[in-house]
Amino acid sequence: MLSAFTAIYARDLRLALRRRVEALLPVVFFIVAVSLFPLGVGPEPQTLRVIAAGVVWVCALLASMLSVANLYALDHSDGSLEQMLLSGHPGTVMAAAKAAAHWTITGAPLVLAAPVIGLLLDMSPQGLAVLVGTLLLGTPILSLLGGMGAALTLGLRSAGVLLILLILPLSIPALIFGAGAVGAVDSGISTSGHFSLLGALLIITSLVAPPATAVALRIALE
Amino acid sequence: MNPSLRWSTFAAPSRFFRLADVLNPWLWGVAIVLAVAGLYIGFFVAPVDATQGNSYRIIFIHVPAAWISMVIYLAMAFWAAVGWMFNARMASMLARALAPTGAMFTFLALWTGSFWGKPTWGTWWVWDARLTSYLILLFLYLGFIALVTAIDDVVRGDKAAAVLALVGAVNIPIIYFSVRWWNTLHQGASISLTKAPSMAQTMLLAMMLMTFAFWAYAFAVVFTRAQALALERERDTDWVRALAGKELQ
Repeated sequence: MLSAFTAIYARDLRLALRRRVEALLPVVFFIVAVSLFPLGVGPEPQTLRVIAAGVVWVCALLASMLSVANLYALDHSDGSLEQMLLSGHPGTVMAAAKAAAHWTITGAPLVLAAPVIGLLLDMSPQGLAVLVGTLLLGTPILSLLGGMGAALTLGLRSAGVLLILLILPLSIPALIFGAGAVGAVDSGISTSGHFSLLGALLIITSLVAPPATAVALRIALE
Repeated sequence: MNPSLRWSTFAAPSRFFRLADVLNPWLWGVAIVLAVAGLYIGFFVAPVDATQGNSYRIIFIHVPAAWISMVIYLAMAFWAAVGWMFNARMASMLARALAPTGAMFTFLALWTGSFWGKPTWGTWWVWDARLTSYLILLFLYLGFIALVTAIDDVVRGDKAAAVLALVGAVNIPIIYFSVRWWNTLHQGASISLTKAPSMAQTMLLAMMLMTFAFWAYAFAVVFTRAQALALERERDTDWVRALAGKELQ
């Protein structure tokens, strides 16, 4: 079971390394999307500081959702997805490995880029630290949920937009607690509640999403 | 022709079709009579509210619509799950048929809510916990409908919809409580629905009548939609042919 997990995980990372520019696109999208906000809202640091955490979180959410649409599509089109499901290893393990690989390729760079982006939006150092912490807990949730959406919409004509419509409502709790923690630290409240709830969300999602993804993949390939 | 009634009797589309045919005129009748009575009592008999004036009367549509839209989502998830687990075609069709009505009632609740909010709160929309969670419920309905219509293969569509509906149903309490918490964090003393200590009897009566009217309407519309789905999917079967032959003569 562990060998199947590591094999699929390593394979996805290797594939991403061979297509480096493609793998970096979500993070570039993230940076470009965030930098549109000062242009739209106005450059006043006061305003930017207030909306910074929310903007970073929303853009990270969108970047994850846009990049996750292809998580299964390429494997589906060349037939390797069917082979993985036929291999006898549990589909749940495969779904978990794919989600973990997606997080390593897109989620982790988002977490790394977030402090720089936060500085552009004039965030406080404590706020930045909390933002990175919440993204670290929150982006795996997005990868797991996104994997489920990608499996549900596998092979459909409008898969990309549909996936976003399906998954965004489900990711609202992560957004609320992620962005809320930064607001809490800026107003001097303890953030432990936010972090606990984010951690709880991560645990629930990692228990529910991989089996649901595996089921959805089997339904899609029937 | 007269099989003994079992829990699965109406799982057969042909029998469900006949049941719906029998029930629908009654449901429509009940819906219309109760709606007329409820609206009459609500708009002409019920007393004017002491603080809100006449604008409160929209709750006779708003509250029943809000109740029913929540229950329909759970019913939809339930029937989708039944259809998926027991391979019951009719249950999946019922789940599909429920979605548009649920979305319509959610929209109605939001719309009437904002009509009430304008004179009472002075704004069409506030990011209150209730309003926000209803907006999210509408998104969930739209996602369900979009997924079902995007999948051409009927069987795959039913199963995928069941997975989505179940995940959504698990998420609804999480979303609701996170939205509530978010709301209390962001706007401490926000406007809240302060309930009158005791509602006038006539108000309660009108609300109950409207609730039952909406339920009857929802059943009637959902049954009709499920009938249409059944006819479409079972078009190659004998019972649909026989029915079509009867219509033609």
